Amino acid sequence: MDAIAINVNGKPHSVEVSPDTPLLWVLRDTLGLTGTKFGCGMALCGACTVHVDGEATRSCTTRIRAVAGRNITTIEGLSKDGQHPLQIVWLEEQVAQCGYCQVGMIMTSAALLAKKASPSDADIDEALGGHICRCGTYQRIRSAIHGAASKAAQGGGTR
Amino acid sequence: MSSSTQFTRRDFLKTGAAGSACLVVGFYLPGIAPAAAVGKTFAPNAFIEIDPNGEIRLWVARSEMGQGPRTSMTMILAEELDADWSHIKIMQADFDPKYGDQTTGGSQSVRSSWDPLRKAGATARDMLVTAASQTWNVPKSECTTHDSAVIHTKSHRRLTYAALAVNASGLPVPKDVPLKDPKDYRIVGTKKERVDGSFIVIGEAHYGIDTKLPGMLYAVVSRPPTFGGRVKGFDPAGAQKVEGVRHVVEVPAVEMPPLFGEERAANSGHQHYLWGGVAVVADSTYQAIAGRRELTVEWQPGAGAEESSEKHRATCAELVKGSGKELRKIGDPEAALRGAAKTVEAEYELPYVAHTPMEPPNCTASMRDGKCEVWAPTQNAPGMAAALASALNIPQSAITIHITLLGGGFGRRLNIDYGVEAALIARAAGVPVKVTWTREDDVRHDYYRPMSHHRLRAGLDAQNGVTSWLHHVAAPTTDGFYLGGDIPDTGGTELAGTGLPAGIVPNSLLEASFLHTAIPRGYWRSVDVSWNHFAVQSFIDEVAHAAGKDPLEMRRELIGTKQPPAGKAEDEKPVDLARLKTVLNLAAKESGWGSQLPKGRGRGIALLYSWGTYIAQVAEVGVAKDGSIRVNRVVVAIDCGQVINPDMVAAQIEGGICFGLTAALYGEVGFENGEVQQSNFNNYKMLRIGGMPRVEVHIVPSHEGPGGVGEPPVPSIAPAVANAVFAATGKRLRRLPFQTQELAET
Repeated sequence: MDAIAINVNGKPHSVEVSPDTPLLWVLRDTLGLTGTKFGCGMALCGACTVHVDGEATRSCTTRIRAVAGRNITTIEGLSKDGQHPLQIVWLEEQVAQCGYCQVGMIMTSAALLAKKASPSDADIDEALGGHICRCGTYQRIRSAIHGAASKAAQGGGTR
Repeated sequence: MSSSTQFTRRDFLKTGAAGSACLVVGFYLPGIAPAAAVGKTFAPNAFIEIDPNGEIRLWVARSEMGQGPRTSMTMILAEELDADWSHIKIMQADFDPKYGDQTTGGSQSVRSSWDPLRKAGATARDMLVTAASQTWNVPKSECTTHDSAVIHTKSHRRLTYAALAVNASGLPVPKDVPLKDPKDYRIVGTKKERVDGSFIVIGEAHYGIDTKLPGMLYAVVSRPPTFGGRVKGFDPAGAQKVEGVRHVVEVPAVEMPPLFGEERAANSGHQHYLWGGVAVVADSTYQAIAGRRELTVEWQPGAGAEESSEKHRATCAELVKGSGKELRKIGDPEAALRGAAKTVEAEYELPYVAHTPMEPPNCTASMRDGKCEVWAPTQNAPGMAAALASALNIPQSAITIHITLLGGGFGRRLNIDYGVEAALIARAAGVPVKVTWTREDDVRHDYYRPMSHHRLRAGLDAQNGVTSWLHHVAAPTTDGFYLGGDIPDTGGTELAGTGLPAGIVPNSLLEASFLHTAIPRGYWRSVDVSWNHFAVQSFIDEVAHAAGKDPLEMRRELIGTKQPPAGKAEDEKPVDLARLKTVLNLAAKESGWGSQLPKGRGRGIALLYSWGTYIAQVAEVGVAKDGSIRVNRVVVAIDCGQVINPDMVAAQIEGGICFGLTAALYGEVGFENGEVQQSNFNNYKMLRIGGMPRVEVHIVPSHEGPGGVGEPPVPSIAPAVANAVFAATGKRLRRLPFQTQELAET
């Protein structure tokens, strides 16, 4: 095993794992960043979503060799002190139930808002269509994304 | 004090989300007890501790899997204690009999804890008031409490609970302390933030799968591909060549005890076994998964190896044509049917379904010095303790269960298989092990909500009054899987709490037939109500149609004024028809029942009393030319008695509808040659955000004892949608998941 260099949440790491190891398991088992969740292993549920160079990416099917040298952001690095507008509004709207899928939802929503400051319902349904919440928080997720867009437009929250 | 997961309410984030001054912060500290208090802690019962240094700890004995007991149960305690909600620590209890029942299921955490927790809070408050009155030498009647302090109203003197802790702890624990009048509630009935919420949004909520112990290894297990199969032999060489693989060990097959401490006869014929397998234990989860791919196992086929779900369908369809075990008979239903002016008959069927909580099953176990310690996302710590003791042959006193946060449960985690398996692997490997199930493992090795087939018949008189009602259910038994024997699952039928409509119709019959199978069955959110209610509420509409009546009017008539006999379920009170009518009428009114909808759209209604809760749902659907169903809106009226946290009630209704609708549209697990045909979310489909209807919740104010809210929203959505589809298209869907091709315009 050779060491592979990755940047996670602004910090360089050198990990000694097989190059075909999914990024998900490097984050969780090697780096101890357990905010990113395992849900399906086949990019079907979105629980493992992180940002790779700003793009929402399923870490469960992304091999570590494919992200060598690239900038990875996980939920732990999304904002300082949980002050991303989405994190703030997520609490205001009391979106989460069990909470397990919510990190993935927030990461994809953050990538969406970075591209589209004021997404429509259709934009949200499309962007989040790859995610699954078994608790059924979808109605509040949609509402929270609209809320976060408004908050960001008013200059609320920090990144 | 045992170790704990600790949630501290303090000003973690200075500015605070939503401008809130008090956010909840949690620490996951397995094995670390809270810091010892200076002086004597006041701990009048298992749920409350007040330190002289000012810390108030409230203990939650149930499992948090999204329904909110960590928040709602401590709200009840804090209310009667008159604690300052913004300055308490909420503690997740380990398994310990001192807390009473720690099983989380059956929509009963709040219901069954309502009285004990109120009494626990009120008793502690009373002792603090006594301590203050003695300190001031004033009558107790001149003292009041507010925000964790006792106040002498005349002199405006004030002593905090912390200051009173030492004196209060020396007092005898009083009995029969009066409880608050609901009009004085300051916490119960208000919206409070979920105590885990602020951890969840920053990725710091720790689930079972996030457990990490020093020296821990990671495992996955190869399990028998057919039900009841066993390991015949295995070759570890391939797996052992994979980088990081440390052990390849056989998991022995073991007999499992009943889930809930029930008695089980020696020759019960139960089917509750862990069938064993082969575990690959490695330095990381991925290495274990990679190792398992190279593992060769020879399997002995199980008792279920010949089974197919299509055959089960055919068998059940045949069974309902004959007569079954008579569960309840009122009057002479057959004679009434023969003499009816008009008869209606229909058959309904539902498939096996899986639970698939988003956090797959997992458990971390450590075996040391004859003692077993597990970190388990479990709904059933007592059941797991009993099963661990039995499988490991050690006393329960040698077992510690840390109840972690659960990434969903839905009944899957009432089962204890994954905990026993982890402990057996940890023992064989000689190190702490975290066993993770892949999604494929989860879908293929679940305890499935059983399939069922229903034949319903009704007789109408010349005035279109219902005179006869017959329901025959054919299904595998769930209780019988765990306990042995043919035990009918009757929730949502005429034997459950509702007793409706059969208990009101003059002549009725309920019969059950049993399909015998090796397919493991289990309790799935809303259990047997989920299937029986679909048949009953669909059939009411079919009878209404035959009688030329509006489905809403039909229900009003059926629940008329005659009180049905009490149901069989132990925790059910007899149905209160006035409350049932209130939710029916409220849902109808708020939905605009009777008003015109565009072509291709329709409304459907369903009505349920169960788990002590009254709930009516009106679904508004559109059917596209290709037959696909779009549920646009669901209006819900609920009377669940005293509401603890109204926002959480609304959340449970939104979520329950999503859960029920997912099953109605997509949920089906099939078997061929004893093997599950589905494996992951590509072929076991889930409702996604685009398919989520707008859910509108109307809560009937009440100070009656609390009813459940986790399960009641689930069963009604399927029949409400089927009834709406009929209203929209004139076509009746009698099978779940909905066979939408039948609706396509040709």
